[in-house]
Amino acid sequence: MAPMPRHRPVMRSALGRVRGLGPARAGAHHWQAERISALALVPLTLWFVGSVLARLGADQPAVAGWIARPWNAALLLALIALTFQHAVLGLQVVYEDYIHRKAVLATAILLTRFLALLLGLAAAVAVLKLAVTAPH
Amino acid sequence: MVELALPKNSRVVPGRTYKVADGAVRKKTLRVYRWSPDDEANPRLDSYEVDLDRFGPMVLDALIYIKNEIDPTLAFRRSCREGICGSCAMNIDGGNTLACLKPIAETSGRITIYPLPHMPVIRDLVPDLTNAYAQLQSVEPWLQADSPAPPDAERPQSPEERQKLDGLWECILCYCCTTSCPSYWWNGDRYLGPATLLAAYRFIADSRDERTGDRLDALEDPFKLYRCHTIMNCTQSCPKGLNPAQAIGEIKQLISERKG
Repeated sequence: MAPMPRHRPVMRSALGRVRGLGPARAGAHHWQAERISALALVPLTLWFVGSVLARLGADQPAVAGWIARPWNAALLLALIALTFQHAVLGLQVVYEDYIHRKAVLATAILLTRFLALLLGLAAAVAVLKLAVTAPH
Repeated sequence: MVELALPKNSRVVPGRTYKVADGAVRKKTLRVYRWSPDDEANPRLDSYEVDLDRFGPMVLDALIYIKNEIDPTLAFRRSCREGICGSCAMNIDGGNTLACLKPIAETSGRITIYPLPHMPVIRDLVPDLTNAYAQLQSVEPWLQADSPAPPDAERPQSPEERQKLDGLWECILCYCCTTSCPSYWWNGDRYLGPATLLAAYRFIADSRDERTGDRLDALEDPFKLYRCHTIMNCTQSCPKGLNPAQAIGEIKQLISERKG
């Protein structure tokens, strides 16, 4: 027989361990937002890719003029916001699946959110700048 | 992080070979995972070449034959041999199933048998399911109602209400599904897993139960419930043909619904 371990650091019952800190009463919103943003991104992405393809080879003022049209600018901003929101939600799920060290997990989630916010704002500023300054 | 390789002392090494099918018309080789807590040896794969005409048609028949006639040290769980007790759940040729329901004729070449994946091993094909059983207990899988039952009869349920339990009550808790789920492999300490969530939904869907809201409260958690990413291994592996992934989807749907 293998020797019995002298010290067992965890003697809490299995049920106690499984109940842990109890349900977070959260997660539903995250799950819904992930799916709704995915649905919204289908037409938005198709529209964006189609519009870009239609303007292949166009010069800068022509594209800027297209962006400057109010609905195009609005849809572009929606595309940017939803893309980054969806990316943050999805990446958080991946992190939670695979990163098991609490500090690393929290850091990864915060960094991702910060980076997404920064990139999203930069993209939005670019659209707004083009929309405002483009020749009409 | 996720462990991509087994720790050194868990790597499976080649084991012994037993050839006891001399003169057999129909031969079959079974490779079986062996590990004992009694020594420091690594797990190994033992090979048994057997005569198919000496025992019944199922993989469990082969294992019982091996234990009785060739190697009594082989440990595995079995009881009913007809797919209702859930004891002989194991990984056969890469898929979780019940050895008693798996016909040898459905396999090709040699059969490779491991214990249920990613569980601590007690010995050979016997996994430690303590955590999974505690998770089942944590969702309180029994009828809970404040209204008293009629003094002289069972609680009434219409045929329509009863029908909602079909596909749920048949679960025999073999944990083929739970131990086939990658989400459970990575986060089994917090994710409840398909078997337990199916059991939870079985009482959420029961018209006689009056604790539906409490049950949903207890499941609404990023880890307990939402680790399910509809990978569908659970449904694919279920030897009873049930659909735990759908039950989990229904739970998520109900939680969304009550938010309005």
